[in-house]
Amino acid sequence: MPTKIEKDTLSGRDTTGHEWDGVKELNTPLPTWWVYTFYATIVFAIVYCVLYPAWPWATGHTRGLLGYTARSELTQQLAEQAKSRSVFVDRIRKASLADIRKDPELLSFAMAGGRSAFQNNCVPCHGAGGAGNIGFPNLADDDWMWGGSLDQIYKTIEHGIRNSDEASRQSMMPKFGVDGLLTGQQIGAVTDYVLSLSGKAKATPEGAAIFKDQCAACHQADGKGNQELGAPNLTDGIWLYGGSRDQIYQSIFFAHNGSMPAWTGRLDEATLKMLAIYVHSLGGGR
Amino acid sequence: MSSQAAALPKPRYVEDVIRAAIVLCIFWGVAAFTVGVVIAAQLVWPQLSFDSEHLTFGRLRPLHTSAAIFAFGGTALIGTAFHVVQRTCRARLFGGAPLGWFVLLGYQFFIVIAATGYLLGITQSKEYAEPEWYADLWLTIVWVAYLVAYLGTVLKREEPHIYVANWFYLAFIITIAMLHIVNNLAIPVSITGSKSYSAWAGVQDAMIQWWYGHNAVGFFLTAAFLGMMYYYIPKAANRPIYSYRLSIVHFWSLVFLYIWAGPHHLHYTSLPDWAQTLGMVFSVMLWMPSWGGMINGLMTLSGAWEKLRTDPGLRFSVTAVGFYGMATFEGPVMSIKAVNSLSHYTDWTIGHVHSGALGWVAFIVFGTLYYLVPRMWNRPAMWSTRLIGWHYWIATIGIVLYITAMWVSGIMQGLMWRAYDELGFLQYSFVETVAAMKPFYMIRLLGGVFFLSGALIMVYNVWRTVRGQSEAAATLRPAIAA
Repeated sequence: MPTKIEKDTLSGRDTTGHEWDGVKELNTPLPTWWVYTFYATIVFAIVYCVLYPAWPWATGHTRGLLGYTARSELTQQLAEQAKSRSVFVDRIRKASLADIRKDPELLSFAMAGGRSAFQNNCVPCHGAGGAGNIGFPNLADDDWMWGGSLDQIYKTIEHGIRNSDEASRQSMMPKFGVDGLLTGQQIGAVTDYVLSLSGKAKATPEGAAIFKDQCAACHQADGKGNQELGAPNLTDGIWLYGGSRDQIYQSIFFAHNGSMPAWTGRLDEATLKMLAIYVHSLGGGR
Repeated sequence: MSSQAAALPKPRYVEDVIRAAIVLCIFWGVAAFTVGVVIAAQLVWPQLSFDSEHLTFGRLRPLHTSAAIFAFGGTALIGTAFHVVQRTCRARLFGGAPLGWFVLLGYQFFIVIAATGYLLGITQSKEYAEPEWYADLWLTIVWVAYLVAYLGTVLKREEPHIYVANWFYLAFIITIAMLHIVNNLAIPVSITGSKSYSAWAGVQDAMIQWWYGHNAVGFFLTAAFLGMMYYYIPKAANRPIYSYRLSIVHFWSLVFLYIWAGPHHLHYTSLPDWAQTLGMVFSVMLWMPSWGGMINGLMTLSGAWEKLRTDPGLRFSVTAVGFYGMATFEGPVMSIKAVNSLSHYTDWTIGHVHSGALGWVAFIVFGTLYYLVPRMWNRPAMWSTRLIGWHYWIATIGIVLYITAMWVSGIMQGLMWRAYDELGFLQYSFVETVAAMKPFYMIRLLGGVFFLSGALIMVYNVWRTVRGQSEAAATLRPAIAA
């Protein structure tokens, strides 16, 4: 065994006497601070395991002296938060939407709660500040598909649009192109007529006739729409699916029939009310 | 070298495989850093996926992590393991060059089928274990061959004792085999299809995944690279290892404690409370065993500190050990539940991982490459010491930019998520927290560009070294001629 203990001149320590490819090792003892810090972490671990749920066995585990569980901690925190909000929340639940708007204290609470709920539930589709997106209406203007009064907004949020909720807002635009109700040429003519309502194209008599037969029932003879049916106003130059000739042609050809979830059951009644107040306040409430 | 070692006959070592591993390792490193820069840019400008499903963040991200950990890191480990085990055992690689080539090239084949699969959307959706069943089976075969080559060499060693670096490499090979097999147990839908279903489900699946995931960090990215450190730092510094006793105690405490620490990835989830407690306390106890490696790495330099001025390659290795110490302190802190409730799911975690991946793993590899390349190609030194210095500083600035950006952005993100207004409502929407991170994502991108630039300098330096001649000689010659 080629064991040859040497003294390292630089450190004054002995080597262990082994050597591998020229690499030797010093026989330095463990640093004291290292050993005691290691012990301290072990003591910490033991104490922590005594206090908290730790060691398992076949059918359970040690519970810990503090009786901690993550579930009870969460329940407790949620209860504390609900309690801190409860005074206002109870009053909001009892008051009508109109009354909430008249009470400055309730209104400012509802605006804060509505803003928070909007940020976390509505922004992904309707955009920051309700600015909207293709297919998702702008909530900050005064152009409403299903009505912009407090009660109408509340109902839209509560039950949503074209979903499985029984009270959901329902209506269905025919797929004029897909289902062969109109030819491509006819869709082109009515597209021009629709564009002419906001002065963007010249209407033909053919387009006007098709509009009268096929579209006016919902969108009205003057094209100003019908909020009872969620039929948009076609005269104001605001387009949910884009206002180019191609985009309008496609909207008539395919019929988008967008949907929105019902929020009742996901959010409590007070939150729905606060959301309605907040959305109403974004700029276009009636 | 001592007279005793010089007197002994040298076996014919297998070295072609090591040279190939060095080249492949550098190639994968540049690839991994490049994809990292691309996805960092995508987080600032999402349109950089160019509406291609193949280039989405979701597919490029595993490409980046696998290229960095398994391709760059793994190839470096295979090459250095073969180098270290032959030298410290004074024995030719068991199985000789054929087995060595099989392990290296088989492993490359695994990387290629895994990586191309990611781009095609083939994944089993387990973080760091994305490859599907056929790639996993192939890797198992390669890994067993790796173990046979390594263990065979240790068993036929000419030295009476097994050097500490070999303990670490061996712990790495054995543990990774166990982790890989258990976490990837799955039933393929059909023998001709890529899809499989995991044998595990629900919270058991999550627990096994993070038992795997954290020990991939513990044994792949820590233990194995400590093995690298235990050979190349004393060789480069020409000093004995600081403490043999410390190496024993920290080795066994490290391998014993690491294997329990995985549940800290699942704090505040449906994982039972008792498992979360154990994950946390074992992580806290890991602090000193991890630092044992740092102490042994740094203190080995005592009496040779002046070498850091003249040998920038060694500076890489020593800085790596410093980053290792920092990351292994930060890790236990982040595993504490109260801290984790802030840090979890934020960029802080990304910053932590990269102080380990860039600061520790990549730096110890760079230091090792600068030691190995001239020796493997029989050159007196690297072509340019000056360029090693440039690489060092550019890469270090890159890391500092990266991790400080992620600290700030991560802590900000965590604080924004939990901020309530005075009426008890959440202060910020998720999208506002995303918008707030944008400047830090740009700083992170800049850090990544720095790190990649440094690596490209290394590529040039290595290429010139392999070609022969030194920079000093090249610039000297015209002067002599004149």
